Amino acid sequence: MKKMNPTTKYNMITYAVVIVAYILVAALGAAGHISSLMEGLLVPLCIYVILAVSLNLVVGILGELSLGHAGFMCVGAFAGSFFSMCTKEAMPGGLRFFLALVIGAVTAALFGILIGIPVLRLRGDYLAIVTLAFGEIIKNLMNVLYIGRDESGFHFSMKDSVALGLSPEGKTILNGPQGITGTPHDASFTIGVLLILLTLFIILNLIHSRDGRAIMAIRDNLIAAESVGIHVTRYKLMAFTLSASLAGVAGVLYAHNLSTLTALPKNFGYNMSIMILVFVVLGGIGNIRGSVISAVVLTLLPELLRGLSDYRMLIYAVVLIAMMLFNWSPKAVEFRERYSWKRLLHLPSGSGQSTGK
Amino acid sequence: MSLLSYLINGISLGSVYAIIALGYTMVYGIAKMLNFAHGDVIMVGGYVVFIMTSGMGLPPVLAVLVSMLVCTVLGMVIERVAYKPLRMAASPLAVLITAIGVSYLLQNLALLLFGANTKSFKSVVTIPPLVLAEGQLTISGETIVTIIACIVIMAGLTLFIKKTRAGQAMLAVSEDKGAAQLMGINVNGTIALTFAIGSALAAVAGVLLCSTYPSLSPYTGAMPGIKAFVAAVFGGIGSIPGAMIGGILLGIIEILGKAYISSQMADAIVFAVLIVVLLVKPTGILGKEIQEKV
Repeated sequence: MKKMNPTTKYNMITYAVVIVAYILVAALGAAGHISSLMEGLLVPLCIYVILAVSLNLVVGILGELSLGHAGFMCVGAFAGSFFSMCTKEAMPGGLRFFLALVIGAVTAALFGILIGIPVLRLRGDYLAIVTLAFGEIIKNLMNVLYIGRDESGFHFSMKDSVALGLSPEGKTILNGPQGITGTPHDASFTIGVLLILLTLFIILNLIHSRDGRAIMAIRDNLIAAESVGIHVTRYKLMAFTLSASLAGVAGVLYAHNLSTLTALPKNFGYNMSIMILVFVVLGGIGNIRGSVISAVVLTLLPELLRGLSDYRMLIYAVVLIAMMLFNWSPKAVEFRERYSWKRLLHLPSGSGQSTGK
Repeated sequence: MSLLSYLINGISLGSVYAIIALGYTMVYGIAKMLNFAHGDVIMVGGYVVFIMTSGMGLPPVLAVLVSMLVCTVLGMVIERVAYKPLRMAASPLAVLITAIGVSYLLQNLALLLFGANTKSFKSVVTIPPLVLAEGQLTISGETIVTIIACIVIMAGLTLFIKKTRAGQAMLAVSEDKGAAQLMGINVNGTIALTFAIGSALAAVAGVLLCSTYPSLSPYTGAMPGIKAFVAAVFGGIGSIPGAMIGGILLGIIEILGKAYISSQMADAIVFAVLIVVLLVKPTGILGKEIQEKV
């Protein structure tokens, strides 16, 4: 333990926080101290944490704004759920859910590449609007898509379930606006926490690798990064795709936690993407541990303060604006440096130089 | 004949997009930021007119003027409070995320004040519809007013920028903020003026939109706002004639897509246009390519 380098220490603390929280919740659950309302929140909590951490990779580490995170989640959810529906009888639950997760991740990653290739060459604002557009397209598409299966194979339609032309034994799997009904309930809190740990492991390791430093170099100065030979598009695509695939994993978890999966504005719309962005901003852009904590706090808080539920979205909006102004406005930055604890306590620090700016 | 009527509807919807897109394009050209809250200013404009006409029974013309005034003030306040402090921020993401926050704030304020229910908006246009070709083609009064308004605004704005000192100042600031300041131009004032004009136009667009499609909810502005941004990108962001061309083309594409392909997929078609444009010609139809210098 003595020679552990700071990075490893930071990572270990992050994992430990998650594991301790898990043990605590599991113990409380075993002792019967968790209300059914809270119990119902545990899996969504895991989903939000995964989404927030994976979005932080794009917003914080890559420095681009993606507003289509819910879209990738939607892709993963439908792909995973569709797979589970098809293999419901053929496979044991554990293996099926594992494969569903892989399929959800891969499908979302494919969409990430598909969207990333045209857009990542462009500047930030465009990426934001295109990812937003992508999310809306996916949501739209899921609402008009019908897929059924009978003994002769799969049938597709964009009109209605009758147009599928299924034989009497056939079954509609994806039923347009009604979505997918009857996805097996495979998700559990334990699996959710394992997936959080996996997500953290992947992202923390990426950040501290050569690739991760290349990605951060792009964020800090694109032209300088390019001139030292960093393949900008490739690294941007790498971060973007990884983030998309992790959102897909969260989607699969989401789909297997509910019996009916539909693509509504509420669950896969623009608002969902914004909510995740609020988690990331509040936790600190680029701070992975912060994302975990803020996702947990912001999910639990409105439930604990039921009376505020009407104002929840309003508070999110104000939090978003206030955090950005406080953290990024040059005047606020200067103010914080001038009155920081270190300075007030007369500790040596280099922050005093920036006052003349 | 049905194609012709679709085209006219498309031009009418496109004119609304063009007016909204102007606000985006001017702000983008000068402040170099994507004002996400622009679409929600439209919604505010709609609600102001709704309260004035349906609630207080005031004449529509007065209501529209008040609405423009309210939106102008709102636009300037948003700029002053939320965007100006971040103009020199280290990360370009900061102001973008703040803009999303403002958009979210306006939507949720409207949700708390007016409720989630869709209100039925009484059209402010009193011109009778124009019937052509022995009743086979009807052009509604709203359509006529929208198209005329779009042309008048476009011409007025072009004259304003070409002929007045304030307009020239806008051009200078969009060209080079630092140099403009050295020439004695009040950069902050010019940016505030841009937001004021853009927001006043948003109010007009809101009234026209709600008159043509007579419903109003806290989310009324969000989708047209995003589509108008698509129109601005399509025409070439930063270019005023580009916003007009992009808006009208997008309106036609949307209406034709709705009529001939699928009504549920109309939004998806519009966004697919955006992706294709960015893939083929990221600078849009009339946009200029700007090389980033070190």
